[in-house]
Amino acid sequence: MEAQTKLLDVKGLRAYFRMGKGALRAVDGVDFGLDYGEALGIVGESGCGKTTSALSICRMLPREGYIAGGEIFVEGIDYARLSDDEIRAHRWKDVSIIFQGAMNAMNPVKRVGFQIAEAIELHEGADRKAAMNRAGDLLELVEIPRDRLSRYPHEFSGGMKQRAMIAMALACGAKLVIGDEPTTALDVMIQAQILDLLERLRRERRMGLILITHDLSILGETCDRIAVMYAGKIVETGTVRDVFDRAAHPYTRRLISCFPRIGGEKVVPEGIDGFPPNLIDPPRGCRFHPRCLEARAACREIEPQTRRLSATHSVACHLAEVKS
Amino acid sequence: MRDFIAYLFGKGRGRSVRAQMRRMRGREFLSRVYRNKTAFAGSVIVLVFALVALIGQSVVRFDLGVTGQTGAERWLPPSAAHWLGTDHLGRDLFGFLVAGAGVSMLVGAVATAISMVIGTVVGVVSGYFGKWIDVLLMRLTDFMLCIPWLPLCMVLAAILGSSLVNIILVIGLTGWAGSARLVRAQTLSVKEMAYVERTVSIGAKSGHIMIKHILPNVFPVVFANTVLSAAAAISTETTLSFLGLGDTSRPSWGMILYYANATSAVAKGAWWYFLPAGVCVVLVVLGLTLMSYAFDEILNPRLKER
Repeated sequence: MEAQTKLLDVKGLRAYFRMGKGALRAVDGVDFGLDYGEALGIVGESGCGKTTSALSICRMLPREGYIAGGEIFVEGIDYARLSDDEIRAHRWKDVSIIFQGAMNAMNPVKRVGFQIAEAIELHEGADRKAAMNRAGDLLELVEIPRDRLSRYPHEFSGGMKQRAMIAMALACGAKLVIGDEPTTALDVMIQAQILDLLERLRRERRMGLILITHDLSILGETCDRIAVMYAGKIVETGTVRDVFDRAAHPYTRRLISCFPRIGGEKVVPEGIDGFPPNLIDPPRGCRFHPRCLEARAACREIEPQTRRLSATHSVACHLAEVKS
Repeated sequence: MRDFIAYLFGKGRGRSVRAQMRRMRGREFLSRVYRNKTAFAGSVIVLVFALVALIGQSVVRFDLGVTGQTGAERWLPPSAAHWLGTDHLGRDLFGFLVAGAGVSMLVGAVATAISMVIGTVVGVVSGYFGKWIDVLLMRLTDFMLCIPWLPLCMVLAAILGSSLVNIILVIGLTGWAGSARLVRAQTLSVKEMAYVERTVSIGAKSGHIMIKHILPNVFPVVFANTVLSAAAAISTETTLSFLGLGDTSRPSWGMILYYANATSAVAKGAWWYFLPAGVCVVLVVLGLTLMSYAFDEILNPRLKER
């Protein structure tokens, strides 16, 4: 039976933030899933609910945030219903996070080794020596020499810090790892190395990987499937080929056109006018319609339902209906 | 340079990498103190007084009860026999001063330790937990800050009786409010850092986070403030003794000033009676203050150049 349980199955997840004026609907009914050894990329503009969705999985929303509905099954257990104490036992052991901005996610006055070993000690009650030993193995796994255990974070380069963060995420053998913009603020060469590393670890450990980013070019190389988020909803999901070659949602197409094609003729990327909507009071109908160049009357009134275009590809757009 | 030091202290003698790093930290700190003029001056002053306090009494004998045999030995100005002259009872003032250093430094060290521990615990707990705990502890702190410190010390010293232990307790238990405030402020900013969130996410409990992550980050503030409050403790002890609320069986600088005042040494022109003790208090306080400012500069990672 074990083999049939999906690693991750999120159904109708809604995560809101308490604001003065009412709830900010950061994530408003999203569904996605992930199998062992699979990589899912979540892409979208800033403030579209990517990070909030991911943080909801391991119940790490900031104080104002709460899960307003939906189910989050990780290996068959609904994380949305666990108490704070129960979730603490699962966090890091089953689900872990590679934090955004490795520079700030490490305590500047503690040795890197201590910070990696910390998770092992806390979760498995391992003694300091054994934990340090494991931390050393983990560093080697992410291709950092073992003797760097006793170094401080400021003695690490940006790429090394990010590697160390990955080592931390793997410390307790998590099956599901969430990378929250793990390569932002790194130069392109280091980005590629980090992504290769994640790719290798994913294959070796058969772990599920969720990669959150606003950089589409990263997803193409690393992920099996892509979910495009806009204004708290998943507007399109499919395999990398589905999304890149057969993008059905206007937002996805505009997002792709924002990246210049290398080798093609020189065109200035178009960009998308305007900003994502206010999520306290989102627009009626399709949330993208105010910025959509192809919007019609129906888009302003009726919220589009998610429709399957193929076995792997689905989209939430009225226009896709016409085309298919 | 780093490799050279590593070679000197590490590889050549087969030390572990860890121990090697630790030594380098220590050396780095010392060399920073040496290069920083303020820190160097302050440390030298404080070290000299600490040394006098530690070994002075075994070199220079002094007993409060041993007075001059004849009236001729009283009110003597400085001479070869009595370097700083004698007081109204014919006691050697140099010996008195050296013995007083011991008491002043002891009070300074112990009282500060007490108030620092209380201040740090109150500050970290208050800042970390927030909510009603914060409100409760901060109102208590405000209360301690509002009461005029010196009168409180005087009243407590008078009620508890003036033994050295009581003086230390009174100073230590009343002087923590300022540092609690400071530590709380620092805690508030540290607890919002991403690494605290990370530590929460790996399942750490509050105690672990406070001790392992917040405390090391507020430590520079605590350390700089400790040195500063030692200065305050020493001057308070002097003040209490000057007002006659000190331990009468132990010589201290405040006691010298008390006697000098009571016997109108100023009117008699006996400058050697009150001046050295006053200068000593000022010097110690100055030295500690310099140290405090400089240590803040050295230890604060944000002020530290890479």
